[in-house]
Amino acid sequence: MSFGILLFMPDMKYGFRKIPAVLIGATLLGAFAAHSQNSATSSMQSPGAVTPQANAGASRGLNIVVIDPAHGGTDPGARGVGGVRESDIVLDLAGQLRHGLEAQGFQVMQTRSTNENPSFDDRSARANAQSGAIFLTLHISSTGLPGTVRVYTMPDMPLPPANGGLIPWEQAQAAYLSLSRKLGDAVQGELTQRFKGSPANVQTAFVRQLRTTAAPAIAVEISSVTIQDKADLDRMLPSVAEAIVRGVVAFRPSYATPTVPGVAPGAKP
Amino acid sequence: MNSQWRTRILIGLAVAVLAAAIYFPILKRRVKRQAQVQQQSEEQARRELVQSLTAATNEPLAKARLFWASEPDGSELAATTVELPLSNDPVLRAKQVLNTLLAGPVDAELRTLPPDAALLAFYILPDGTAIADFSEAMANSIPSGVQSEQLAVDSITKTLEANVPRVRRLKILIHGQEAETLAGHLDLTGTFPVNTNAPVAPVAGASAPPKK
Repeated sequence: MSFGILLFMPDMKYGFRKIPAVLIGATLLGAFAAHSQNSATSSMQSPGAVTPQANAGASRGLNIVVIDPAHGGTDPGARGVGGVRESDIVLDLAGQLRHGLEAQGFQVMQTRSTNENPSFDDRSARANAQSGAIFLTLHISSTGLPGTVRVYTMPDMPLPPANGGLIPWEQAQAAYLSLSRKLGDAVQGELTQRFKGSPANVQTAFVRQLRTTAAPAIAVEISSVTIQDKADLDRMLPSVAEAIVRGVVAFRPSYATPTVPGVAPGAKP
Repeated sequence: MNSQWRTRILIGLAVAVLAAAIYFPILKRRVKRQAQVQQQSEEQARRELVQSLTAATNEPLAKARLFWASEPDGSELAATTVELPLSNDPVLRAKQVLNTLLAGPVDAELRTLPPDAALLAFYILPDGTAIADFSEAMANSIPSGVQSEQLAVDSITKTLEANVPRVRRLKILIHGQEAETLAGHLDLTGTFPVNTNAPVAPVAGASAPPKK
């Protein structure tokens, strides 16, 4: 038995808009289980793909890191006075982070590796289709104390009611919040040692990208594009990448995927 | 004769260039000043609107707690007590405090919301869900980033929490529409907690969105 993805269309409260929702949960995909373990490779999945290996229960350890360089394409993100673009810098950071993580034995996937702009759901889908993955979304702010770095997780989210192990797409992060905070604290701790003025602990914010991600997931935001000299920002990137790698390595033993469908990750079955 | 005309033309051109060089900075200053005056008048008009809204209630002045940034580039909020003629009607009261929040603190660097943003509508549903509809400037003019967007929403929710106990949670719309994010980061598809323990009961005067 492994996890799969189903699709349905619930009505939203107050009739603001109808939004398609995807349920991630237990389905009878035993025939694919063995295959899924081997097929979780570093090759890119097409955005929103429904894959049989999604959250396959066969894997019990952290193997894959999905890096999300935010923005891209027509969306440059935050822009500095000297033409600094958030979308370019986070792509540089993603490349440096990838090398560091691969050196530690992780398989690394990126939601984008060129100047394109996948949707939030497409980016989440890359992580949701993997077994034993964590998700790191990278940002540069346009405010804040320059030279500091903050790590965010989602605030408390109500766990969706038990529904045969199915998790609504809109609440995909809910079951992973505890692990996300452990990961966030590990990474923030490393960053705070290197960048004075950064907070000691992980912060919470309603980050859109994190909500639909069914994996331990954090947002890392560097301050800021308003820095006077872009070279200062460039000099920060290797240290930021190194801190994130160390945080992920420190978090690795805490990671456990559930072997029983519907059981929250990290919980004892 | 030809050389005389050439000299005259050259002198005329030199005078024209000199005049343009002198006049251009003056023109530039005038245009800049005009833009500032226009911006100030828009700001003034909005402030007058806020004042007229607060003055229209005929209520005695009461202390309202508003949340702006504690320091420039800061990530924390600090409460500032302001005296306003707060209405007893929760919807009008919420409009008063939010419009005052939008008008900004004395120190403009402590703003959490864009100066050109406006509150277009505000409703409270019977279950305590408030719906605040802001103009597009709220999304377009806010500095992009998780920190700045969260600070903006926190300043709104904390101000409502401190002054409008009836509101349990807040839904933010941009120009009447649900937006996926505020400015690329913060999730606007759900609701934000405000007074999570507020009693759920219909309140006289509470408005609801008009049925289409």
